[in-house]
Amino acid sequence: MAQGVWAVTEQRDGAFRKISYELVSEGRRLADKLGQKLTAVVIGASMKEKAKELSQYGADRIIVADDPRLGQYTTDAYVEIMGQLVKAEEPSVLLMGASVQGKDFSARLAGRLGVGMAQDCTAFDIENGGLIATRPVYAGKAYTTVGFENSFPQMATARPNVMSVLAPDAGRSAELVDAQFTLDDAALKTKVAEAIKDASGKVDLTEADKIISGGRGMKGPENFKILEDLADVIGASVGASRSAVDAGWRPHRDQVGQTGKVVSPNLYVACGISGAIQHLAGMSTSKVIVAVNKDAEAPIFQKADYGVVGDLFDVVPALTEAVKKYM
Amino acid sequence: MKIIVCLKQVPDTETQIKIAPGGEKIVTDDIKWVMNPYDEFGVEEALRLKEKFGGDVTVIGMGPKRVTESIRTALAMGADKGILISDAALEGSDSLGTAKALAAVIKGLQFDIIFTGQRGIDEDQGLTGACIADLLGIPQVSLAVKLEVAADGKSVKVNRPVEGQTLVVEAQLPVLITTQKGLNEPRYASLPGIMKAKKKPLEEKALKDLGLDPAEVGLGGRKLKIIKITPPPARAEGKIVQGETPQDKATELARLLHEEAKLI
Repeated sequence: MAQGVWAVTEQRDGAFRKISYELVSEGRRLADKLGQKLTAVVIGASMKEKAKELSQYGADRIIVADDPRLGQYTTDAYVEIMGQLVKAEEPSVLLMGASVQGKDFSARLAGRLGVGMAQDCTAFDIENGGLIATRPVYAGKAYTTVGFENSFPQMATARPNVMSVLAPDAGRSAELVDAQFTLDDAALKTKVAEAIKDASGKVDLTEADKIISGGRGMKGPENFKILEDLADVIGASVGASRSAVDAGWRPHRDQVGQTGKVVSPNLYVACGISGAIQHLAGMSTSKVIVAVNKDAEAPIFQKADYGVVGDLFDVVPALTEAVKKYM
Repeated sequence: MKIIVCLKQVPDTETQIKIAPGGEKIVTDDIKWVMNPYDEFGVEEALRLKEKFGGDVTVIGMGPKRVTESIRTALAMGADKGILISDAALEGSDSLGTAKALAAVIKGLQFDIIFTGQRGIDEDQGLTGACIADLLGIPQVSLAVKLEVAADGKSVKVNRPVEGQTLVVEAQLPVLITTQKGLNEPRYASLPGIMKAKKKPLEEKALKDLGLDPAEVGLGGRKLKIIKITPPPARAEGKIVQGETPQDKATELARLLHEEAKLI
């Protein structure tokens, strides 16, 4: 009988990524509803000390798979190990992150285990002892609520920046377990030859707390400077709509929308973006949306918590000055 | 080089999604069906590799008869052969069931590289490619924005952006690669291409041709069950920030973001 909730964390260069705390916190909430234990899983190289802090976010047990070959994520190694761990203990719920790494990892693991999986979920619940997940489909034009049909573990990934993180409680402790696994070098069919850091040095859009995005209304690549100035003052990353990317004003990795990135920041400021369905698809789960647009009829205003009707070339620099007072 | 491209047919991005009575399906009557945009990058990349290394490109689609149109589009772009997997008993398959059907067909073919889109823009699961790779026991590299096959045609280097960095991943062929925007600019089918496509082979396969247990696929084989489909949650009514001048509006917005939203 499958038992227990597992939250699979994500590390890079020896530090946990934010999604890890979100997963452990959400795992805690689900484990409480089920009346079961929460296990956090850590895969990496020399992560044992760092792993201990997960107890503060609610983990009862922490399984650490530690191996010099695991410092950098590879699909082959991580799926092989996770497959072995899951088969040995048969957890009931397996939560992972819908980050770039987590999507690759979970998709292959679902295939390996032959189980159902719900990708990029925005809410979880327990009904009749089973996991229920809510996820946007058709790029957020609809949502589906899904459950699992005699399929264990019940696997799902959580959209980054959606699940709230519990306040760390230093009084909590957890059992630390060394993962038992075998990893044959012959099973490793891919290798990471190089990791090239993005030159911008900004937080990636999918993890950013605040995003300032520009669209066709920016009129040209040089004008994104005013968005970058505002972003610098409030600590935001800069995104773009499809039209701005297709015009060659911004790189592909900056595109927010149905054929770009799906983001979920606390603050999303859309400047000169009309709000085409394809763009709304990528940002509609943002917590607070601000729209700045000359056209009072632009569809983006229907999604906005705060709308400013005006010329962005006047409003944005004025906003940059106005926010300085609070920083 | 033998290249396979898996493609899905999905509602066009402009489609308004309407939920059917009962709340378990969407209304499909007025939908304009197109090739999944992410799959177009796979077709294009396959054609470029064929132009460089020779060989052929086989396109495999699954679904009702209308999927033939998307396969023909790929043939018109330059692919050599199409396979449609179509059977009422396969309808309603989840990602894993779909992967099983596609992998069953692929097992009977020769291949060096398989392309799939990184995800279908309908269900947004992004599972099928990885599940096919696992069923075939070959490596996968997801979210490619650049790929370079070695001159000897035996290995590939793929650039895949992950948050804040780009990883350059090396893999031996055969490999499955999932494609995304930035990899290339898919070509349009030319008129002669469209004419030629009509004469290219397009084979149809049913469930009985796949050697699969019918209980593993289709609605009955679903491991993930849809409980309900709902419209997106409504957002609270927003407010238009008032002010005489752009400066006034900006000052008021800053105040609201600080005092009300508590974000700055």
